[in-house]
Amino acid sequence: MIISIASGKGGTGKTTISVNMALALGAGVELLDCDVEEPNAHLFLKPKIERSEKVEVPIPLVDLDKCTFCKKCSDICRFNALAVVGKQVLVFQELCHSCGGCMAVCPEGAITETGRELGFLNFGARDGIGFINGRLRVGEAMSPPLIKQVRAAANPQRITIIDAPPGTSCPVIAAMSGADFILMVTEPTPFGLHDLKLAVEAVRLLGIPCGLVINRADIGDRKVFDYAEKENLPILLTIPFDRRIAEAYSRGKNIVEEFPEWRQRFTELFRKIEVIITERGGAAHA
Amino acid sequence: MKVAVTSKGPSLDSEIDPRFGRAPYILIVDTDTLLFEVVDNSINVNAFKGAGIQAAAMVSDKGAEVLMTGYCGPKAFATLEAAGIKVVDDITGKVRDAIKTIKEGKVTYAAGANKEAHW
Repeated sequence: MIISIASGKGGTGKTTISVNMALALGAGVELLDCDVEEPNAHLFLKPKIERSEKVEVPIPLVDLDKCTFCKKCSDICRFNALAVVGKQVLVFQELCHSCGGCMAVCPEGAITETGRELGFLNFGARDGIGFINGRLRVGEAMSPPLIKQVRAAANPQRITIIDAPPGTSCPVIAAMSGADFILMVTEPTPFGLHDLKLAVEAVRLLGIPCGLVINRADIGDRKVFDYAEKENLPILLTIPFDRRIAEAYSRGKNIVEEFPEWRQRFTELFRKIEVIITERGGAAHA
Repeated sequence: MKVAVTSKGPSLDSEIDPRFGRAPYILIVDTDTLLFEVVDNSINVNAFKGAGIQAAAMVSDKGAEVLMTGYCGPKAFATLEAAGIKVVDDITGKVRDAIKTIKEGKVTYAAGANKEAHW
């Protein structure tokens, strides 16, 4: 079972929900931090990192001895990563999306693959909770290939909890697609509602069931609640704007550890998700 | 000598477009005869990315020795450099004026890009 924790707006509490749900469920779950541009779930879960793996994506390498400068490679490249000028072929590797098109169309077999470093995967665990995060190389602009690698490294036998990046663009889609459930974390503010609507539209395109956690639920106004009702989005948990929770967070402490009554609430949150998935015909994964 | 000039329109009296990769037209002008070829650059105007790279490759194919434009980014500059094309940036006014300036030798060639790459 894969549960992806997303939000439109940043800073609503995705990581808080992901880590606390993982801790409430305990051994047997695996937490994936897919916010590879600024991973922070490890600061709260505090796993022991056991190993790291470098991740590369393929980019073209042109053999100028075989090249006839026919330009078929640069013509097919939608991202203009190749330029044929005079007797040179320039490769702008940061523009390359690794589709392999240039290699496929080269009539001379002059193009082979080499790698561009995307970043790292870190593997660890804490109290039987598996942990994987991705860390994008500083300066790298493309995060979806690394997010896909984080997901590919997950153990399919375990319950997978994904801490997704904010927004609604390609990185979020990479962290949500193929999930059995999307848990949207929002807050009852105009910004929260605006970005939630965008994120829900994206989830609907993916056809994945979705529910809400409303964080800092007693601030702002009632418009997020009204929207949820109108759109038939179940509100599965509300968390009040509580100074004690904020203080614990600021020290890197987790809600379920500091306030034991919350452990059950997070377990119940998972049970509600499980029921929705079962009613929809069950998880596509273990 | 053939000079490429980025332009908002298809004539020598058109205003120079400050953008290189995404200029609507690029005029390839022969400085001796003032005969010119109009290149419709609309393919690059709508490019996802790398508009400057492809515009630079095209300018090279047309046999231009110099590019006159407003701004030139790092990838476009690298491509032009590989093709041996010199760049005169920060150009404004009409295409005709730009050609006049270069014929009079009153230009300074750029040593590098004068615009950041953008994503």
